[in-house]
Amino acid sequence: MKKCIRIASGQGYWGDRFDAPIDQVKEGPIDYLVMDYLAEVTMSIMQKQKARDPNAGYARDFIPLMRQLLPLLVEKKVTLITNAGGVNPVGCMIAIREMAEKMGLSGLKIAAAYGDDILSQLDTLLHSGNALKNMDTGEPLQKVRSRVSSANVYFGAIPVLEALQRGAQIIITGRVTDTGITLAPMIHEFGWSPDQWDLLAAGVIGGHILECGAQASGGNFLAGWKDVLNMHRIGFPIVEAYPDGHLVVTKHETLGGLVNEQTIKEQLVYELGDPREYITPDVTVDFTSIQLQQEGENRVRVFGVKGSPATDLYKVSISYSDGYTCVGHLTYAWPEALLKAQKADEIIRQRLQYLKLEFDEIYTEFLGYNACHGETAPPITDPNEVIFQIGVRGHNERALRLFANEIVPLVLTGPPTVTGFGGGRPRVREVIAYWPALLSKEMVTHKLLVIDVI
Amino acid sequence: MKIQLIKIAHARSGDKGDTANIGLIALRPEYYEVLKEQVTAEIVKKHFGNMVKGEVVRYEMPNICALNFLLHNVLGGGGTMTLKHDAQGKTLSTALLRMEIEINPALIDKDL
Repeated sequence: MKKCIRIASGQGYWGDRFDAPIDQVKEGPIDYLVMDYLAEVTMSIMQKQKARDPNAGYARDFIPLMRQLLPLLVEKKVTLITNAGGVNPVGCMIAIREMAEKMGLSGLKIAAAYGDDILSQLDTLLHSGNALKNMDTGEPLQKVRSRVSSANVYFGAIPVLEALQRGAQIIITGRVTDTGITLAPMIHEFGWSPDQWDLLAAGVIGGHILECGAQASGGNFLAGWKDVLNMHRIGFPIVEAYPDGHLVVTKHETLGGLVNEQTIKEQLVYELGDPREYITPDVTVDFTSIQLQQEGENRVRVFGVKGSPATDLYKVSISYSDGYTCVGHLTYAWPEALLKAQKADEIIRQRLQYLKLEFDEIYTEFLGYNACHGETAPPITDPNEVIFQIGVRGHNERALRLFANEIVPLVLTGPPTVTGFGGGRPRVREVIAYWPALLSKEMVTHKLLVIDVI
Repeated sequence: MKIQLIKIAHARSGDKGDTANIGLIALRPEYYEVLKEQVTAEIVKKHFGNMVKGEVVRYEMPNICALNFLLHNVLGGGGTMTLKHDAQGKTLSTALLRMEIEINPALIDKDL
């Protein structure tokens, strides 16, 4: 058994800094690279892409990244685990195999873990008594069934673990939890059993620390952002995991960033609900058990983590179409910038009434004045400039398009000294709403395909 | 004496649907008791006024000297539905740190 494995975060979300994963592999020793690509909206977009082209439906820019990354992974013997497979992990795997063959790489195993995509089974599930009730509202899925565009179960570490056990070096998954992709290599390397809840919980904490990329190593760091060095080449976090379940969070020395107790605390509380019950498919974690200790420069020890048995349920992430939004902006300059922006708001609202356009919501904010902190902020008396932002939401697409036409004309018909209309008419966007539900684990089976590059 | 929370705490906020969470972390262990005593769910709800349409729930994390607040119905529907500029409530962290609390002057440095 290895004494320690080093798991590196390569990406906090799809669209994160493109060269971070390359730096993680190049700038120092790591054993695993984990990369998160998926958000709820992403799955819906990928389903649409797959409907148009059966070979699509995975993170497209994963492919150009892999052209640079794959030879490095092979050279340095680093295992990659990523959910870039979206709604077509097998398609993604085949694309990577073709690339590897063209590059003349051999002896490589690539795995696709799937079975999370339950869109085609939804009706069967509904008919067999699984109402897939909305976890927040309690409403049955039937209410929005006709508008559903994606449905995925969140798998945990198990599908990734099986891929590791079969020797895969590149593991491409669909909807696997961010924490599962980090926990899996620890179970694999250290032989943790499925009921060693404290150890599994420690692995999940490692995953939670890595899942938002540099947010754990000096990015978005409120307590001391001015002390973070070389943010233009910030080092993404690395978790050193040990068989007894303690972790050390660190980063490569040659890169920028900062790892201290405060950067880790800020990441621990990120998107946290009840800290005593952090539910994952693998284990339920008690965040009030975590102990932190700085043990060197850019090294924080994480220990004492407690876990309890996992539930019998998978979380299901369902997305459905729920109308449209459109948000427009104009910038008003001194003097009386706020008054002008407020007048613009009044005019637009009068126009919408005059044109008999109805919406579910009309919402105005004044950027530079109250958009972020609202009424918690003291009023500014005479701002140099104010961005007027008005948005509408509704189900009548035509009404939204007519709204979009109403913003730019204000430049010549409304209050003076206005700019910021260079982008033209604002875009009408489809609302992809999110329907969280639970499903018995027995109802879903994960699948694994492992192929060799010969 | 009265001071703003930003003098004794740091924070991070994020979204879960239409709910935002704010993790409020004491800058020193001795400030945690002050936070626990004064930054109650009720006071936080009042601080945000009409911005928070639902309830505010507080959880204690003494191990990292932090409080975790859930602010329900604060993101205009959340996700892709919201019309808010700060759609994920990323800046609610420092909105909370604007809050004034009462503190014993002996507990803090003069230069704060």
